[in-house]
Amino acid sequence: MSDNTEINPDLDTTTRPAPVIMPGHTFKSVTDKIASIALGRRTPMGWIIGFGISFMVFMVMMYTLGYLVMTGVGIWGNNQPVGWAFDIINLVWWIGIGHAGTLISAILLLLRQDWRTSINRFAEAMTLFAVACAGLFPLFHTGRPWLAYWMFPVPNTMGMWPQFRSPLMWDVFAISTYASVSAVFWFIGLIPDFATLRDRAKKHSAKVIYGMLAMGWRGSARHWHNYETAYLILAGLATPLVISVHSVISFDFTVGIIPGWHATIFPPYFVAGAIYAGFAMVLMLAIPIRRWYGLEDFITMRHLKNMSKIMLASGLIVAYGYMMETFTAWYSGNQFEDYMIKNRFKGPYAFWYWTLIACNVIVPQLLWIKRFRNSIASLFTVSVVISIGMWLERFIIIPVSLHRDFLPGSWGMYSPTEWDWSMYIGTIGFFVMLLFLFVRFVPMISIFEMRTILPQAEVKEAQ
Amino acid sequence: MSNQDEYIDIASLGSRLKSKSGREYWRSLEEIADTPEFQEYLHREFPSQASEWTDPVGRRKFLKLMGASLALAGLTACTRQPTEQIAPYVRQPEGLTPGEPLFFATAMTLGGAALGLLVESHEGRPTKIEGNPDHPASRGAANAFAQAAILSLYDPDRSQTVTFIGEDRPYSSLLGAIRRELVEQKAIRGARLRILTEQVTSPTLAAQIKSLLVEYPSAKWHQYEPAARDNAREGARLAFGQPVNTIYRFDRADVILSLDADFLAEGPTAVRYARDFMSRRKLTDGNKEMSRLYAVECTPSITGAKADHRLPAKPSEIENFALSVATGLGIATGRNAPPTAHQKWIDGIVKNLQESRERNLVIAGDHQPPFVHALAHAMNSALGNVGSTVIYTDPIEANPVDGVASIKELVSDMNSAQVDVLLILGGNPVYDAPADLDFKKAMGQVRVRIHSSLHQDETSEYCQWHVPEAHFLESWSDARAFDGTASIVQPLIAPLYNGKTQHEVLAAFSDQPERTSYQIVRDYWKAQMGGSDQGFEKKWRRALHDGLISNTALPEKQFALKADWFAGASPSRSSEKYEIVFRPDPTIYDGRFANNGWLQELPKTFTSLTWNNAALVSPATARALGLESKPGKKGGDYISDQIEIEHAGRTITAPVWILPGQPDDCITLNLGYGRTRAGRVGNDALFDAYKIRTSDAPCNAAGAQVKKAGDTFTLATTQLHHLVEGRDIVRSGSLEHYHSHPDLAPEHHGEHKPLSLYEPYKYEGYAWGMAIDLNACVGCSACVVACQSENNIPVVGKEQVERSREMHWLRIDTYYKGEEANPETYFQPVPCMHCENAPCEVVCPVAATVHSAEGLNDMVYNRCVGTRYCSNNCPYKVRRFNYLLYQDFETAPLKLGRNPEVTVRSRGVMEKCTYCVQRIQIAKITAEKEDRTIRDGDIKTACQQTCPTEAIVFGNINDAESRVARLKQEPRNYSLLAELNTRPRTTYLGAVRNTNNDLEKA
Repeated sequence: MSDNTEINPDLDTTTRPAPVIMPGHTFKSVTDKIASIALGRRTPMGWIIGFGISFMVFMVMMYTLGYLVMTGVGIWGNNQPVGWAFDIINLVWWIGIGHAGTLISAILLLLRQDWRTSINRFAEAMTLFAVACAGLFPLFHTGRPWLAYWMFPVPNTMGMWPQFRSPLMWDVFAISTYASVSAVFWFIGLIPDFATLRDRAKKHSAKVIYGMLAMGWRGSARHWHNYETAYLILAGLATPLVISVHSVISFDFTVGIIPGWHATIFPPYFVAGAIYAGFAMVLMLAIPIRRWYGLEDFITMRHLKNMSKIMLASGLIVAYGYMMETFTAWYSGNQFEDYMIKNRFKGPYAFWYWTLIACNVIVPQLLWIKRFRNSIASLFTVSVVISIGMWLERFIIIPVSLHRDFLPGSWGMYSPTEWDWSMYIGTIGFFVMLLFLFVRFVPMISIFEMRTILPQAEVKEAQ
Repeated sequence: MSNQDEYIDIASLGSRLKSKSGREYWRSLEEIADTPEFQEYLHREFPSQASEWTDPVGRRKFLKLMGASLALAGLTACTRQPTEQIAPYVRQPEGLTPGEPLFFATAMTLGGAALGLLVESHEGRPTKIEGNPDHPASRGAANAFAQAAILSLYDPDRSQTVTFIGEDRPYSSLLGAIRRELVEQKAIRGARLRILTEQVTSPTLAAQIKSLLVEYPSAKWHQYEPAARDNAREGARLAFGQPVNTIYRFDRADVILSLDADFLAEGPTAVRYARDFMSRRKLTDGNKEMSRLYAVECTPSITGAKADHRLPAKPSEIENFALSVATGLGIATGRNAPPTAHQKWIDGIVKNLQESRERNLVIAGDHQPPFVHALAHAMNSALGNVGSTVIYTDPIEANPVDGVASIKELVSDMNSAQVDVLLILGGNPVYDAPADLDFKKAMGQVRVRIHSSLHQDETSEYCQWHVPEAHFLESWSDARAFDGTASIVQPLIAPLYNGKTQHEVLAAFSDQPERTSYQIVRDYWKAQMGGSDQGFEKKWRRALHDGLISNTALPEKQFALKADWFAGASPSRSSEKYEIVFRPDPTIYDGRFANNGWLQELPKTFTSLTWNNAALVSPATARALGLESKPGKKGGDYISDQIEIEHAGRTITAPVWILPGQPDDCITLNLGYGRTRAGRVGNDALFDAYKIRTSDAPCNAAGAQVKKAGDTFTLATTQLHHLVEGRDIVRSGSLEHYHSHPDLAPEHHGEHKPLSLYEPYKYEGYAWGMAIDLNACVGCSACVVACQSENNIPVVGKEQVERSREMHWLRIDTYYKGEEANPETYFQPVPCMHCENAPCEVVCPVAATVHSAEGLNDMVYNRCVGTRYCSNNCPYKVRRFNYLLYQDFETAPLKLGRNPEVTVRSRGVMEKCTYCVQRIQIAKITAEKEDRTIRDGDIKTACQQTCPTEAIVFGNINDAESRVARLKQEPRNYSLLAELNTRPRTTYLGAVRNTNNDLEKA
């Protein structure tokens, strides 16, 4: 079934050529292993501590939002001319992170990359949670968030529609579509597993809750048929979203006329950046989770290495994007573009530009070397570095382009306040908290899909 | 009974009564009537009727009145007892339509001379100040100080009650105290009575003081203000033997030599002089020639920035420079001109002056010593300018004295305990008198000290009696303009805070202490104008209506230059390593406007500093002293090293600002900061330069010790970058270049074809546009404050300016070109460009910024959700966002001063220049009513109206005959950032300098 003939040297080559699951597992062992995490009676101490910390950080975000709504966006460091800063950096960063989830679950599904199976569930969860974090920013960065619903095309007594020429409008559609498709896709994929949990649950409350979530799934052939059809259709729908969402986000900048924003290369470059950041985040999450929950059998080195290769490839596209930005600025002969690049290289934020280059271009080149791809510690470190680098990329694109645009008389500087940081770190807390809830109560690896990649399943299919 | 007899106690009494209800109320009135507080209250409230309380018949009538007024207090629960009937207009007052403003003429006095104003009043509330087109000093324009006066009027920190050692007192007890002192003074002919005023040009006030001096012949009248024109007066005394008022006719001068004179910015004549000066430099309507200005100056000034040739020089060098030019012109000066490094300059100027006899003028700055002024008089006389470009008249001051000498005499009298009663009318000598005099200590020797001022300021703190002064918009008074033209100052509103005018306080020293200033001023002019009652009434009404009294300008007079004029001059000052230049602050003046937020936040010319002053040093001096001053991280903050300046045994610490064009080893200190009792807005903003300003060197001081101090200081500025970076932003060139290249465009400048994805808009009716002549703009910033006043723009405070969030809809960008030691400076006012292809409109997700049918880029505040995308996408960065709740919705008096035609914006919305759309609408309604189209000139934007040089022109560009359309036809006309294809409606006309080739090569 798999055309992927690469052989993992860590594994016994006498088994199968594509060991995306360690040998020795049966249908029962797979189901037991995954379902027991969600159904386990005892909550591990580590979970309680981790959840407690992330909940507190989440509360920092809630406090920041409360203060923000009471006082105004002026608590952040945004100013004139830097109207967007941490708010939009974080929006783009979170949305970008979300991308890997959709890519893994939809595109890799359509490409029949079966190694995706063990990571797609939590990659999708990550997508949803990242989109939730991202969605906070466009809402709360407005001056009057209680009126932000005006950005939706809701029939109203004012007789006003949104202004459809604005890329922010496109954003509203792109992000809301993305969020809803991702949520439905994720949920549909969960239905058979919820049914499994329902059937295995011992506590009455769990039975009821999982039962409701399972929506009457009985595992009949008809169910499976409908399920497969729906899932494929949704995968088909989600696939263009992987490309479109970040392309639309990039329109926020390309439609603008600010040097450093107004570039045709942005859509592909943003999509590549999103995949880059997304896989870095999946790795950052997968590595500790497989360790803590003993899932090394399901999330194997093969997964990690495949992801590192995708990271390397998308990282090269991003690096090409940086090169092209510089080249275009020079080749255009436009003095504003020229200054923009010089300002990145040598201006007041040059240190961060070069840090970005180090993080996103230089460090990931280590992944060419097998030794680094095989080392979990180095993969984790590289992923962290790339996440920082991708955040810096948005910092360079947004405030650094804005702070020196056309008229030197209106140039300014930007520095974040403690509220910028509390909001950013708060959303990380929100994200991690949601992940903790997810791994505790939802099967984080797709049980039934894992069973299909067992050798036993293969046999069946062969019949 | 009038407002002024109320005070705060009514509040407590009223609230006590309010807590009782209905029938009980009347019983409790009787109850409290017996308490000692009530007795006390009655005596204070009605001093003249207090005796009636003991008279059984009178008492009954009195109680009736009392009951009624208390009932009112109880019913309304106001903190203020209504003293006059308040009722809606049943019969509408003549000429007043609710909702339509009325305009009244009045005048503002600053630096001793009047600026005629027209004040817009909405339902009795003054809201906007404009220049008076009939007034010679204004010609319809105004300056930033006049524009900001509205805010001073409504300043909630203004002093509100008469106080005696800090306790509230009724005015009557002050009258009583004065009476007791006068009895004593009468016996000794007023020998121990002193009056200290600022420069007085008010004929009525002068007459009042003079009649007081007749009654108390041994009393003395002193005049002092820190930014007075003492040097000019003493210079005239040196040259002519008597004080003489000089009027310069810049509109007649071909060549002007300014010896450190900032005639375009300083003093009450600046508005008129700027217009006159620019009238000879406008390259419009086919005019191809300009006058030429040479400026030698010891600190960068607006005049220097507009000069065709500017030479920075230390104060000590200016005198020598003037001496050399005079010598070159063959004038006997009694001194030898020392050799100078600027011989080429001097030769060139001398040649140019000699070629243009009778059509040039030499003007000396107010801060230059009398000798330089005398030199200028001698040069003007030798060049035959007197009578053509230089006009002499008698002084406009009622009693011209040297202020520093005058206050010196007062201090020495006080120190020798010769003064018992000191009346200080206006001014703030404890804060601003020369430091070596120690005015505060000397004042301690005076038994009774009375101070009348707008605020409870530093001087009030050391006076037993403080009288709140009425603001000029609340006062009847009069004043003379620079040419002697008298204006009646008429009030726009009854005093908000029980203020007393200076006339009324002085009247307390006469035998009619309760005369109102209306009576005093009117009676004075009645006596002056003479004629029948009816005839006078007519003239009086005309004077009030016009804002000036016709034929009061002083006649031109001939004064003979003394042959040995130089004999009495003090010797030239020696040059020292570091010299200090004291100047009134460009925005808060001598400190009197310290509590005015508009002026505090108005970026100072050149530095763009707000909320602080700084010691201005040249780049070379900064390097020599190892000083740094660089932008911080937040957007508007500037981290500056501090220096310690020691002069005359006193030391101050000041942050530095490195200013290109500042002469080396010369430190400019702006006065007016470091106030401790200015009010909530102006307190504790560093630093107080008065602390090292001494009576022997009040303007320029030599021999200061300067060293770097430890800490850095954070300043707030609105512009961080002053270089054009090779961009085609400010077009400029020499007059010669202009003649050959009238578009002043850079060489590689190409044509831009308008391209758009969208259908072009069609404008069938009006199409509004603006043209700003950079050649005429002097960067005086009056437009910025005018815009702030017209459009209810909030003040954000220093901390927010540090974050670069100031709200000004109109900013003035300052750019330097050329070497840092003496760069060319260009000012560029930047309002909204109202682009045809507006980048902001496309990106707003909720259509809050839209294109109007007349080409305006409208901002719909109600619709704005505040994404700030429009601002990001604006290449001109003219949009301003309410990051926080900047507007003050709480402070009651501030609400009165707002323009009711303009929305008061709240937090979270974007705002920007609207081309004063409210004014457009009013003009459209008027035109519609009269069944015509709007005529050119019907609409003036606030910035345009106040511009002294008429640099800003607004109008209908669909009308080919309109001024703005014709300006846009000028070859100098260009669009800012035209290559972006935004097609701005606001365009600029390039700046031109009439350089002298003889000097260019020097």
